[in-house]
Amino acid sequence: MTSRLDHLDRAKLIKLAIGIGFAVLLFFYPSYQQDLVNAVGADNTAAQFVPTVFNMVVICVYVVMAIGLNMVVGYAGLLDLGYVAFYAVGAYVAGWFATQQFSQVTFHFGDVGSTSTVPGIHVSIWLLMVGAAVLAALFGIIIGLPTLRLRGDYLAIVTLGFGEIIPQFVRNADSLHGFNLTNGSFGLSPIDPLGFGTNIPLGITTLPANFLTMSNADTWYYRVGLALVALTIFCSIRIRDSRLGRAWVAIREDEIAAGAMGVPLMRTKTAAYALGALFGGVAGCFYATYKGATFPGDFYLNISIIILCMVVLGGMGNVWGVTLGAIIITYLNFQGLGAIGNNINSGFGIDPHSSLGQHLDPPSNQGIIFGLILVIMMLFRPEGLIPSRRRKIEFEAKAEGVEVDLDDAVSEIDIR
Amino acid sequence: MTDLLVARKVRKEFGGLVACNDVDFNVPERGIVSLIGPNGAGKTTFFNMLTGAYTPTSGEVTFDGTEIAGLPPHRVTELGIGRTFQNIRLFQTMSSLENVMVGMHCRTKGGVVRSILRTPGIRREERESRAKAAEILRYVGLAESVDEDFAMNLSYGDQRRLEVARALATDPKLVLLDEPTAGMNPQESRDFTAFVSRLRDERDLTVLMIEHDMKVVMGVSDRVTVLDRGEKIAEGSPAEIQADQRVIEAYLGTGAAGSVGSDNGGDAAAVEEEEPA
Repeated sequence: MTSRLDHLDRAKLIKLAIGIGFAVLLFFYPSYQQDLVNAVGADNTAAQFVPTVFNMVVICVYVVMAIGLNMVVGYAGLLDLGYVAFYAVGAYVAGWFATQQFSQVTFHFGDVGSTSTVPGIHVSIWLLMVGAAVLAALFGIIIGLPTLRLRGDYLAIVTLGFGEIIPQFVRNADSLHGFNLTNGSFGLSPIDPLGFGTNIPLGITTLPANFLTMSNADTWYYRVGLALVALTIFCSIRIRDSRLGRAWVAIREDEIAAGAMGVPLMRTKTAAYALGALFGGVAGCFYATYKGATFPGDFYLNISIIILCMVVLGGMGNVWGVTLGAIIITYLNFQGLGAIGNNINSGFGIDPHSSLGQHLDPPSNQGIIFGLILVIMMLFRPEGLIPSRRRKIEFEAKAEGVEVDLDDAVSEIDIR
Repeated sequence: MTDLLVARKVRKEFGGLVACNDVDFNVPERGIVSLIGPNGAGKTTFFNMLTGAYTPTSGEVTFDGTEIAGLPPHRVTELGIGRTFQNIRLFQTMSSLENVMVGMHCRTKGGVVRSILRTPGIRREERESRAKAAEILRYVGLAESVDEDFAMNLSYGDQRRLEVARALATDPKLVLLDEPTAGMNPQESRDFTAFVSRLRDERDLTVLMIEHDMKVVMGVSDRVTVLDRGEKIAEGSPAEIQADQRVIEAYLGTGAAGSVGSDNGGDAAAVEEEEPA
């Protein structure tokens, strides 16, 4: 039997070698980032295209979220328009348990960056990331149990509703019967930084006690971010190739048949929601501590849509495609569009500051630009940049006019 | 012979339409029972109630001593009823092997954490699942070379086989086959008839099938039940059914009985497209 899992052949080894080389290059990016800028010429506006380490951290955050959403949308086929709610859970776990928000109490546990007399709850961010994962997954189950009985468009609409409720709640929960839970639209800050603390065992002294006191704080956050990405990709692939992963594909293809083959529909779909949420929670917690703050504005609907765009652009169901999609869109969003605008302006000799209304400002038109990118994608490559094998064949079959979908025939059967 | 499946006064209404009207029905252990009837007689509705896809409006269904009416489909499958579908419902973008492995879902345990860590237990379970899936595929006559192919690329006959293989993977005591020979040529139907007998003799299975091809029905069944407009109108051995006046009327309309009364039933398949008058 030719097993894809059990043996490594030559092609696999080459792929692995390329992968490792690429990972090493990425890991040391902060070391040669400045060299890249210098190579282009620090005065040259083209140097603005070189990603900053700060933006690389942000890219890591969005990659984790996109891969998490891909489990829900790409693997299990459940359209979730409120994914950013889970990011919010993670961010507010950091916001509650690593700030002075609850100054009624003074509790410190493994935190860095504040003395033990500072009021509020301060728990180690490492622990909080685990806590955020668990809480977000739990939240996924709570939202999933009532909503996952719906399908298709109805599910999308309800998740959209949850995606709207969460920021509104956070914005208004600054006085719940006089209790300030979320500090409203002012958000929560400062959130404690990451760090390894002063009591590192084994006498390892090279690890920083507190990232923020380091001159290369971004680099340290970047390393943690990369580790999170690696972990997320690893988990995502392992789950995809597991019994649960197969059950998700089966459900996406045909719920009725999957149920009849012994796949418990609710439990399996809820698992997809919980696992997707878990990674959203981790990403939220990490991003909040990196920025040192979190606001309700961080998780409005448009963020959910942008993450969904990453999944669609990259290729639903394919981890690498989704990663690429997240990198492209996050880079454009945070740096690329601005750099493009500045380069065009300086190319035409337009002063981007004084001549208001005459210069190009792509970042302020990002909605149009991302919309256009998506429309062009849907026209010429609807399966995404790097599609999964399954999606690809589905799109090919549809293009040939073969009907794969049986939704019409099944809509009347009751699902439990 | 004990009954593996017993249905008592099973009824299903869709609004004002009674699709299944207080049907009593039983399937003896290791029996091969066929359910026939004109189009729209309520056969598939009845099937769907046995497998949990529909909840009966009233009545009870007992399988192997357990009440199953109203249970969700995956629970019914877990208890030991495997099924195929009238219009093939394979997981199109999965390979044959993967299709069959999905069928094993309720017989395997691998959880999320252990799958991520890929513990020795998980590796063993996956290995055993693959081996068993390959064995089942061989049994239904699908070569293993189709491992890498998507199910949607299989020939029609192979897709039908794969559906049976997937149902067998759920490790059932009772297999429900919904029009398994639809679209098969006479030779394929003959092969399939032999295959159904093998299922019972070699795998110790009980078979209940909906079938239109009378050659298949008469050739393999121990017993035939006839539904018409939601009612059970006849039940008995193939020979009894062929001679039953009400059955002939249901298929051909009143007045037509004399012309086919002596026929061996093989032609009934040819006229089953006609709606009863």
